[in-house]
Amino acid sequence: MKRRNLLLATLALLVIWQLAAMLVNQPILPTPIQVGAAFIKELGKGLAGHFLASLWRVIASTLLSILLAAPAGLALGQSKRANDFFAPLIYILYPIPKVVFVPIVLLFLGIGDFPKIVIIFLILFFQILVLVRDQAASLRPELIRSVRSLGAGRMALFRFVYLPASIPGILTALRQSVGTAVAVLYIAELFATQKGLGYYIYLNGNTLFNYPAMYAGVVAMSLLGLGLYFAVDWLERKLCPWLFVS
Amino acid sequence: MIEVEYLTFGYGHGAPVFQDFEWNAVRGEAWTVLGPSGCGKSTLLNILAGLVQPTSGTVRVDGQNLARPRPQTGLIIQDYGLLPWATVRENARLGLRVRNYYGPDGVHAPQDYTRTVDVEPWLERLGLLPFAAQFTGQLSGGQRQRTAIARTLALQPDLLLMDEPFSSLDAPTRESLQRLVLELWRETGLTLVTVTHAIEEAAILGQRILLLNLPPNIRPLVIENPNILQPGYRESDEYVTLCRSLRSLMEAA
Repeated sequence: MKRRNLLLATLALLVIWQLAAMLVNQPILPTPIQVGAAFIKELGKGLAGHFLASLWRVIASTLLSILLAAPAGLALGQSKRANDFFAPLIYILYPIPKVVFVPIVLLFLGIGDFPKIVIIFLILFFQILVLVRDQAASLRPELIRSVRSLGAGRMALFRFVYLPASIPGILTALRQSVGTAVAVLYIAELFATQKGLGYYIYLNGNTLFNYPAMYAGVVAMSLLGLGLYFAVDWLERKLCPWLFVS
Repeated sequence: MIEVEYLTFGYGHGAPVFQDFEWNAVRGEAWTVLGPSGCGKSTLLNILAGLVQPTSGTVRVDGQNLARPRPQTGLIIQDYGLLPWATVRENARLGLRVRNYYGPDGVHAPQDYTRTVDVEPWLERLGLLPFAAQFTGQLSGGQRQRTAIARTLALQPDLLLMDEPFSSLDAPTRESLQRLVLELWRETGLTLVTVTHAIEEAAILGQRILLLNLPPNIRPLVIENPNILQPGYRESDEYVTLCRSLRSLMEAA
């Protein structure tokens, strides 16, 4: 995507927002300029801390899910027998909207960062597991055969074939689920916490009725999702350059 | 170099592909294995590569019983077997990296192996230097197969097995790679075994041609073809006659 086009799209969105705010003309929809001013002011008054709290939860759960799901996906993708055993379980669990587990996880794990990290982990884990498994299983037997003929045993196959082959699967999984993860983080942060953008947005919107600050929180949450999406994009270009050559 | 004794091999409960099959190849010879699909020629190659174990009988390469792939045997396959995420240079280095990973243990790498990732001479010999930094998806089929050859020859094999290596290439590319393989065979003195279903290829690359037929293969049928290195052999009467007789032998079976 060209930078100029992204900039133009952002500008267009801001113009639409401005027009809508002028049309509605009520405190519940401030203009982008008011929100921008509130955003800068609120950054110094705690918004930055809430942002960092949410960012930490997403990053921690992402790393945790990659660390656990990628090896599990590789193992299932390599071994037909293991996959035959676990596939029905994954088939049932994969499509369940993990957000419904929010109250259960909170009941069991209580307050603090950990339950929020677990909830996002549940979403990312299955996505990464399934994509890495399918990617490992789709490696052509001829490729495996020829690398084995170079002297590679199980360890070297893992190191030189399965591991690098799993990276695009991990990144695709992140790309697909990072938006959902941030959305579910918002839900999770409505409960049992006083840190995080979800809490901040709810507090300003429903308790303090400080609408510009609430919108500043919405903007911060959007930037969080957008930033993560861009980060995945950037990582893909860095780690998978072969996908971008013609 | 290759000694096959009383080889029996079958898939499942059907008739065995090979039954008490005997075949020998001397070091430095260039063999082709010719036969219709389903005759067991790829199976034979997999057995020689140590990737498949025979049901019974012994297969010795360089005097040693084969229980697993042997580090001094190279294998070239039809669809190249290259890593899509690696450049030509990195693909050519793969075999050396695998050896470096295990060290000279005699199982995955020869005991006298010294660590290296130098493939530049092979990239140059195979005309790959201009493409060395490209990914395999950017290459033509001929360049991909050259990369696979560079990767294998960088390991300095004494036995090179090729399974339908040029079947998916267009005719001019195929002919130039056949010439290249013959040159490399002469330069390196390795033993060459090429499996093919194409009569012309069998006659070009095989000093000696092993003809297989529909299973079970019991007695090897060997056709001598001593003049493959003569200039202009591809246009000679001898070559045309050989192709004709190979065709009638295949049809007779």
